[in-house]
Amino acid sequence: MGTETLYDISLTVNGVVREARVPARRLLSDCLRHDLGLTGTHVGCEHGVCGCCTVLLDGEPVRSCLTFAVSVDGHEITTIEGLAAPDGTLSAVQRAFAESHALQCGFCTPGFLCTVTALLNENPAPSDEEILEGISGNLCRCTGYQNIIKAVRRAAELSAEQERDGTGEAAPAATGAAGAPRASGATGGATGE
Amino acid sequence: MTTSLFGERVQRLEDPRLLTGNGRYLDDLGRDALAAAFVRSPHAHARIREINVDRALDVPGIVAIYTWEDLPERIGEPLPLLIPHPALTHGRTARPLAKDVVRHVGEPVVMVVARDRYAAEDACDRIEVEYEPLPAVVGIENAVRGEHLVHPDVPGNVGAHLVQEVPSADGRSAAEMIEAAPHRLEFRLDIERSASMPLEGRGVYARWDPDDGSLRVYSSTQTSTSVRMAIAAKLGLPLPKVEVIAPDVGGGFGVKIMHPWPEEVLIPWAARTLGREIKWTEDRREHFISSAHERGQVQYVRVGFDDDGRILGLDVTFLHDHGAYTPYGIIVPIITSTQLLGPYKPGAYRVEFSSVYTNTVIVTPYRGAGRPQGVFCMERTMDRIAAYLGKDRTEVRAANFIQPDEFPYDHRLTFQDGRPLIYDSGNYPEALRMLKELIGWDEFAKERERAAAEGRRIGIGIGCYVEGTGVGPYEGGHVQVTSDGRVHVSTGLTSQGQGHQTAFAQIAATELGVPIERVSVVTGDTRRFGYAVGTFASRAAVMSGNAIALACRKVREKALRIAADALEADPGDLTITDGIVHVKGNPSASIPLSTVAVLANPLRYAFDEEAKRATQFATAASDDKPPVAEGEEPGLEGRDYYSPVRSTFAYGMHAAIVETDPETAEIKVLRYAVVHDCGRLINPMIVDGQIHGGVAQGIGGALYERMVYDEHGQLLNASFMDFLMPYATEVPRVETAHLETPSPLNPLGIKGAGEAGVIPVSAVIASAIEDAEGIPIMKMPISPSELFHLRRTASARVG
Ligand code: FES
Ligand code: FES
Repeated sequence: MGTETLYDISLTVNGVVREARVPARRLLSDCLRHDLGLTGTHVGCEHGVCGCCTVLLDGEPVRSCLTFAVSVDGHEITTIEGLAAPDGTLSAVQRAFAESHALQCGFCTPGFLCTVTALLNENPAPSDEEILEGISGNLCRCTGYQNIIKAVRRAAELSAEQERDGTGEAAPAATGAAGAPRASGATGGATGE
Repeated sequence: MTTSLFGERVQRLEDPRLLTGNGRYLDDLGRDALAAAFVRSPHAHARIREINVDRALDVPGIVAIYTWEDLPERIGEPLPLLIPHPALTHGRTARPLAKDVVRHVGEPVVMVVARDRYAAEDACDRIEVEYEPLPAVVGIENAVRGEHLVHPDVPGNVGAHLVQEVPSADGRSAAEMIEAAPHRLEFRLDIERSASMPLEGRGVYARWDPDDGSLRVYSSTQTSTSVRMAIAAKLGLPLPKVEVIAPDVGGGFGVKIMHPWPEEVLIPWAARTLGREIKWTEDRREHFISSAHERGQVQYVRVGFDDDGRILGLDVTFLHDHGAYTPYGIIVPIITSTQLLGPYKPGAYRVEFSSVYTNTVIVTPYRGAGRPQGVFCMERTMDRIAAYLGKDRTEVRAANFIQPDEFPYDHRLTFQDGRPLIYDSGNYPEALRMLKELIGWDEFAKERERAAAEGRRIGIGIGCYVEGTGVGPYEGGHVQVTSDGRVHVSTGLTSQGQGHQTAFAQIAATELGVPIERVSVVTGDTRRFGYAVGTFASRAAVMSGNAIALACRKVREKALRIAADALEADPGDLTITDGIVHVKGNPSASIPLSTVAVLANPLRYAFDEEAKRATQFATAASDDKPPVAEGEEPGLEGRDYYSPVRSTFAYGMHAAIVETDPETAEIKVLRYAVVHDCGRLINPMIVDGQIHGGVAQGIGGALYERMVYDEHGQLLNASFMDFLMPYATEVPRVETAHLETPSPLNPLGIKGAGEAGVIPVSAVIASAIEDAEGIPIMKMPISPSELFHLRRTASARVG
């Protein structure tokens, strides 16, 4: 059995140019996780149904388990590792997920965060119908979705607030609005409903 | 006084990590490890004639190939039967790799180790296994017919048979009571298989350290301590040379409490044999065909009751499909047979089950663990009785409730922990009142009329359950305050998304009077805590929560003792606020907990400024006493265990309103309401989250999910494309209300909540569809096409 041909590819991942040498059949999910060490992107089915592996390809959500790494040579990818601002401030979507308890085991979360980030970039004030539609391609086995829906609404609110406060304009599209620093979910303060 | 964090909606401490891609799940570890992959049986039942690996040997990157013959004796033996039971007379377990015969599709036959997963799978593809197919036993009824056998030495395919019988107060049997009852009913109920289906499958990563002669294993498991003992036993290693860590786990829901899985034995063994790091990450198809399923049962009910619907005698006989092997014993049918009783007190009860072998994937607990089937049985019975008597369904239930003044209530049965089934506390009538109010039960008739006038068909359903939570034997907690004032908490059981790091930190912060930011919690790491049972049966909060509270109380007591010495005060006059020990009512007479931690550890060497204060020439300790007083230990730390006499019993009642399409028979859940009592709540936000997720799984099990086996034992829907788990579009919003009846059994007064949401859902949805359609719903799950057929049969019967 012969050795496989390898291809040199170059991707801009979370704003950084990354190179890899991969066989043609290398999945983008595997390339990100195992070649580039960005394990935040998760793989739940490897057949395009669960949405865990969703990343942003030039700003658009795609399933990295259905994408060959060689096919995105030269493109821009955003993964969960690239959603917070460079100083570590969580994006509106990330904060909203923490506030709304929209994650339990966290395995589906990278896919939801990427999906919702793209959704709100395209439609900053989605209706309930549009939210449901927007997240209807991602499975979560833990939360029952109720708090994810709540988080999307909250993220839209937070982004709008930042927009109003004029703190959001510098945020790159893919990272969502990077708001004024505020306590992250780790402060453990009691939050109301 | 620090405000108590117990009971607050504290945001989760695990989230910042998980929201930024910094979680560490099994497959995120061991980037340079070799990868393992398995050749699995494509047949449900077959004899292995020959295995030829020649063509795999020249796959680039191949490292090793193992069949059963290559395994040393202890590794190749059948895996342990984890929970033996006298009624399990014919328990059988699989070997890590099949020897001679395979008994379900997916059973591992050959293990390949290679440079990466791609190479390992290439090699698997080139391995030729010659099988001689044998007749497959599929379906409960085929199994009991016993025409073909799964194991030649298990007659009739019956692995276990158990009868429990509770006579009436005046000593009459269930059969007698039923005979003598004014009314009697008899019917059959069916529930199909589903599965836990966490989004992260299983996985094992093992590192052998040849210099140290030690093994470190990471496993996506619900019990690292027990996996550790199993590995040490199998590999013949001293226990202290094996460590097992459950990293971040992407959901468990029961399937990961099963252990040791074949891979949990084989990967560590191969890592040691090859002296290399090896990792195996299950893929989705593997999860469907080689991890566990649950739920499949056929139930036969006989019930006798009076004019009020009070059950005088109940006799349930059921068949439970446990798949090809019984590594987890018969816990699931035992739970069904006992928890079936729910909040009710039938006059006399008899239950009998047979647990049978089929050539399908093994059955081990899936969230709810036999309770959804039991509740389905009891709640369908309640609805049947109500229909028969023309009574409101809630009235019949109320007539059968155990009353608040009857606790502790002894059912005179043996529960899954081998202890008597005695309920600790509850208020069922109040829960029912709350539920009726929440869903608008009494106003529903009008709503139905309005809908009917618009040509719409709607129905309301109800389901009640009681859940034994927090089963023993024990859990422990260790709490250490270090000289920087940080509090390190560890407990042996594992986490799969339940927010233990937060809930346990809330408990520790409250008990010790420290800010929660200073508390960190480690779970499921045997390096930190070696004694534990595991996370299942909604037991984590009850067991580890209480153990951690008790350990904190020890630490607090010690801190106050040391501080009292330093402050020349009476320990009884001291308290801790915000990490500072001070005299009550006099905050200026104080000493930080960090300093107390320094003083708790008499030192010879000063490694930093703080430490200086505890060195031998710095302290004013008296010369005639040992620096560590008798009965004391150095350090500000404590360890304690919580071991309850028996389980706590949480309960709840759910109601739903569904709409069925008169033409397409599509079923839509319009509203879903939950009243829930799990004692005192540590973090209501987390408890609500558990309920939402449980209900969603329940909806999946009621309307969408089933394991479709054909007659040859092929699982036809082994992918997310064909096994329909609900998306956001299928799950209703859940409206919740809580009752908080503290458990008298533990210091914190808590009961478990992990499984609550899922338990009654099939019963509730069946009840609601039946109400909408006027057709008895006796089988779950139900799809639109099945409802369509039921309508047809029903109208044919009428017409
Ligand atoms: S892993 Fe890509 S969709 Fe499931
Ligand atoms: S949080 Fe566990 S799968 Fe979504």
